[in-house]
Amino acid sequence: MISKRIIPCLDVRDGKLTKGIKFQGNVDIGDPVEAAREYYEQGADEIVFYDITASSENRDIMIDVVRRVAETIFIPFSVGGGIRCLEDMRKVIGAGAEKVSVNSAAVREPDIISQGVKAFGSQCIVLGMDVKKVEVCGQTPSGYEIVIEGGRKYTGMDALAWAKEAERRGAGEICLNSIDADGMQNGYEIELTSLISDNVSIPVIASGGAGHPEHLADVLTRGRADAALVASMVHYRIYTISQIKHYLFGCSIRTRMFW
Amino acid sequence: MIAIIDYDAGNIKSVERALHYLGQEFVVTDDTKMLNNASHVIFPGVGAAGTAMACLKRKSLDQCVKLCFQTGKPILGICLGTQIILDASEENAVDCIGLVRGVTKRFPRHLSVNGMALKIPHMGWNTVSFKREHPVFAGIESQAEFYFVHSYYPSPSDETVVLGTTDYGITFCSALGLKNLVAVQFHPEKSGRPGLRILQNFCTWSGA
Repeated sequence: MISKRIIPCLDVRDGKLTKGIKFQGNVDIGDPVEAAREYYEQGADEIVFYDITASSENRDIMIDVVRRVAETIFIPFSVGGGIRCLEDMRKVIGAGAEKVSVNSAAVREPDIISQGVKAFGSQCIVLGMDVKKVEVCGQTPSGYEIVIEGGRKYTGMDALAWAKEAERRGAGEICLNSIDADGMQNGYEIELTSLISDNVSIPVIASGGAGHPEHLADVLTRGRADAALVASMVHYRIYTISQIKHYLFGCSIRTRMFW
Repeated sequence: MIAIIDYDAGNIKSVERALHYLGQEFVVTDDTKMLNNASHVIFPGVGAAGTAMACLKRKSLDQCVKLCFQTGKPILGICLGTQIILDASEENAVDCIGLVRGVTKRFPRHLSVNGMALKIPHMGWNTVSFKREHPVFAGIESQAEFYFVHSYYPSPSDETVVLGTTDYGITFCSALGLKNLVAVQFHPEKSGRPGLRILQNFCTWSGA
């Protein structure tokens, strides 16, 4: 049987890591390639990069990062942030990423999902969803709404309906980020994760809220997620990927243990 | 010199990067002369069997692969490259190269384990249970996992060519070997250290 995946998420701005990862010899700003190497060696099953570079002229720096990462680690990795068209996807995949993730651009123009699937195959296209809990109403019957622009802008779209549409359009995977749980380190949004997982047949990566290995155990069982994203808890060196995996092993949750 | 067959079938760059990392010299080519002169041949591929076979035939590479096999050159098939060395594939119902008897089949539509529906493609990390020793798999721990992305799997008719199997709702052949040919369904170039070890082993294998 297939293993559950543990995936560190790295935010990159102008070619540098943000979030001040405390790698040895580094202060606040780190090198994303070195961070990727470290997580690869700790047993990460995949790595997610988000390019949060604001100016478009600095975007090509990310392509160079992707190229160097691909020469350094030999596991799949995905790149999201600022992917707006097929050409953006082609650049990132050509530089060595296994997958691209689309978020706001897909909300504005859902056809980008179908186009990406046609050009590169379902397995390359991840739909990133940022979600906030809202009141159940006619527009958002699931009680969860899609937000964009880092959670600032409500779209009026129901999260469950959007997940189903992305699946219908051929997305290979959903990366489901709870804006409410993000950065709190109090655990993933289990209710949201199980709702989406139970209603689509593509893999769901849970994101937002991980602070303790117990949170991962919870989202991979009760939340029925296929993979779990981690950020602060590994970036601040509170846990290593390896420690998380050993904890999960103790809970009888299968992850890849030999790397 | 190691040659990677270039037939416009998906991302062979990742195989190149892994060989580069291992310090191996290689060429990426669709030139049959260069392939005939190579010491080892890697046959990668991502995509659909129909398009891949059409491209191979157009470039006479199907015949070239056969010749490389007959002359005893070590050959490594990866993913789609593995699927199309069998007689035929259910994908696009196409005749394939036929170095190994058997067909490439699609996973059944409704797979489940303990009541949980399994997703197709089979994508992610899974184990390979090795059936017998082989130089290309030397030094691989039995619990090592490999990265898979596929909806079809090789089903050789002769059980003795099966080198390893993987469970995903069904038990399927994930590694096979016949004489100087070894072929895997997973991606060694994306499978971390154990995957790199397989590539390294292949590059130093005599084919015997």
